[in-house]
Amino acid sequence: MQKPEQQTNLLKAPPDACPSVSASNACPSASATTKPASQVDTTVFNKRLSLSVKIALCASLVMVLLVSFALGRFPVAPFELLMGIYNHFANPDMVASDLTLSKIDRVIFEIRLPRVLLVILVGAGLSVAGASYQGMFKNPLVSPDLLGASAGASLGACLGMLFDMPVYLIQVFAFFGGLIAVAMAVWLNRVVRYDPILGLVLGGILVSTLFSAGMSLVKYVADAQDKLPEITFWLMGSFSSVNSRDFIWGLFPFVAGFVILLLQSWQLNVLSFGDEEARSMGVNTRRTRMLVIIASTLLASASVAVAGIIGWIGLVIPHLARAIVGPNYRLLLPTSMFIGACYLLIVDDIARLASAVEIPIGILTAILGVPFFVFIFRRNMRGW
Amino acid sequence: MTNLLQTSPNDLNNKTTCKSDKTAFLDISNLLAGYHNKEIVHGISFSVNAGEFVCIIGANGCGKTTALKTILGLLKPFGGSICVNGTNTIKLTQKQLARHFAYIPQAHAAPFPFKVADVVLLGRTPYINSIARVSEHDREIALNALYQLDIADLAERTYTHLSGGQQQLVLIARALTQEPDVLVMDEPTASLDFGNQQTVLSRMRSLVDAGTSVLMVTHDPGHAFYCADRVLVMHEGLIIANGSAHDVITTECLQTIYGTKVKVTEVELEEGGKTSVCIPLR
Repeated sequence: MQKPEQQTNLLKAPPDACPSVSASNACPSASATTKPASQVDTTVFNKRLSLSVKIALCASLVMVLLVSFALGRFPVAPFELLMGIYNHFANPDMVASDLTLSKIDRVIFEIRLPRVLLVILVGAGLSVAGASYQGMFKNPLVSPDLLGASAGASLGACLGMLFDMPVYLIQVFAFFGGLIAVAMAVWLNRVVRYDPILGLVLGGILVSTLFSAGMSLVKYVADAQDKLPEITFWLMGSFSSVNSRDFIWGLFPFVAGFVILLLQSWQLNVLSFGDEEARSMGVNTRRTRMLVIIASTLLASASVAVAGIIGWIGLVIPHLARAIVGPNYRLLLPTSMFIGACYLLIVDDIARLASAVEIPIGILTAILGVPFFVFIFRRNMRGW
Repeated sequence: MTNLLQTSPNDLNNKTTCKSDKTAFLDISNLLAGYHNKEIVHGISFSVNAGEFVCIIGANGCGKTTALKTILGLLKPFGGSICVNGTNTIKLTQKQLARHFAYIPQAHAAPFPFKVADVVLLGRTPYINSIARVSEHDREIALNALYQLDIADLAERTYTHLSGGQQQLVLIARALTQEPDVLVMDEPTASLDFGNQQTVLSRMRSLVDAGTSVLMVTHDPGHAFYCADRVLVMHEGLIIANGSAHDVITTECLQTIYGTKVKVTEVELEEGGKTSVCIPLR
């Protein structure tokens, strides 16, 4: 705060006085757009989401949530939803005796609520995982599906399904499949020694191919009567068969992943400047990397175990969020969670309603994701 | 820039292993360093006093960058001791080290468009943990750093949109925000144009005049003449000369370390006084 006078002098400099020694840019073209220095105070460091953004994010999630309940073969209007939830807890006897009420109760608590909540978890999880991978690898082009995490998790989960394992074991298999795939992609990038950004994407593609071959093998040996269709439809990505038990089992890895990543958000900021700089600023990069890889892979593989492969969301949503709130991970991660949840809820509604038979959601996210990504990426690279 | 307030109990434990008799701020003795099993720095000793600007010059591969990385804790030393402000830094964690040394890299392209204010505030990393929020105290330190370098008007701009010289000043502000004992720079001006090099060096010089200690590796002997209080000449992993720029940077010395023909000569300045220049010869 020592030198406000000097600063204003610089700003008043005549157009031809543009001394090369002032890199704080005394050139009028650039300084005209900046605030006078005397107005700069510590509030420039206040990195909170503006109230309007917060309200917009929360409101859109609530809106989409209500719409998701209201749409479907058994529509539940917002008022019915509130009454249904109230009755479920306040007068369970009345619900049990009344035919209409018990029907609404079943639709809300057994069909739609678990599904909607899981969609929110998966949408938020894939987006946060994608944003974290991008920061950690200093690479705006990576996401759970491009890094091979999704393919690895799929192979793990496929194996679990092939051997008829319980839900939690399928998740464990998916997690280790995803972890192995990411480790292989990182290792390949190191071995190939190509361009570090494209090399990692290349490594991810190679690993995905490898694990897809593994999945084909699993499908080939699977029983064509029941296992094969089950695996095939599940791989296309769908929430159609989720139930409340899936939700309970899914909750643990998601919550663990969210907590770890949100706690690492400052370190992710530092890490995106590169390893040596991060270490010289006091970040234990090895530990941070391990934590972020484990947490992101946990989220990605838990999503795969619940709903199959849902691509593109982990790449597109972080870029969209970055376009709104900037690259600071303290803001980017929560924003990505909200936007990802809303986005996937909307896509899931479309999947449920667009035709008489439910469309696999993975197909829709790909169709919507590609053009969306091209649009966002072009804008984002120019800054925000 | 004293760091006494932040000294943790761990620092105090290590204090005993240091010879705390000297006035020197940074005291390096018999440092052996290198990569993997290959020793590149073969035992160097030097010191940096409080408020002193020390430049290291030397040819590519002479070990100056290796020495810097070892001091910063990015490489493990093979032997010797590094003491700063009475603390032996070899056993410190990365986080504790970051309160003693701040590294100023070359201006570079960050992959994501952070705001300048965000970049500078990241310098508080060694003082916060993941749960604690940044405090008003942290913000004030970051703001002071912006004013110290005269770049407060850039605070709201996007780092990736700045010129190389401005980016460099932002990185220096970030390093100051770390409240280090010593600023460590590895050829900070290598990617800058002539005018911006001078800007950055003169800002560094005024920081030193205000009490900061700087250890800088440079490729340009002219920079050493411009701003250094003392120059260390490294050659094949050893320090072969240590003294003022005028005494140390001589025609013979430069011809030895670079192996080319150069001439160092004095010029009279119009404002009075003299300075030396280094001219490459054909």
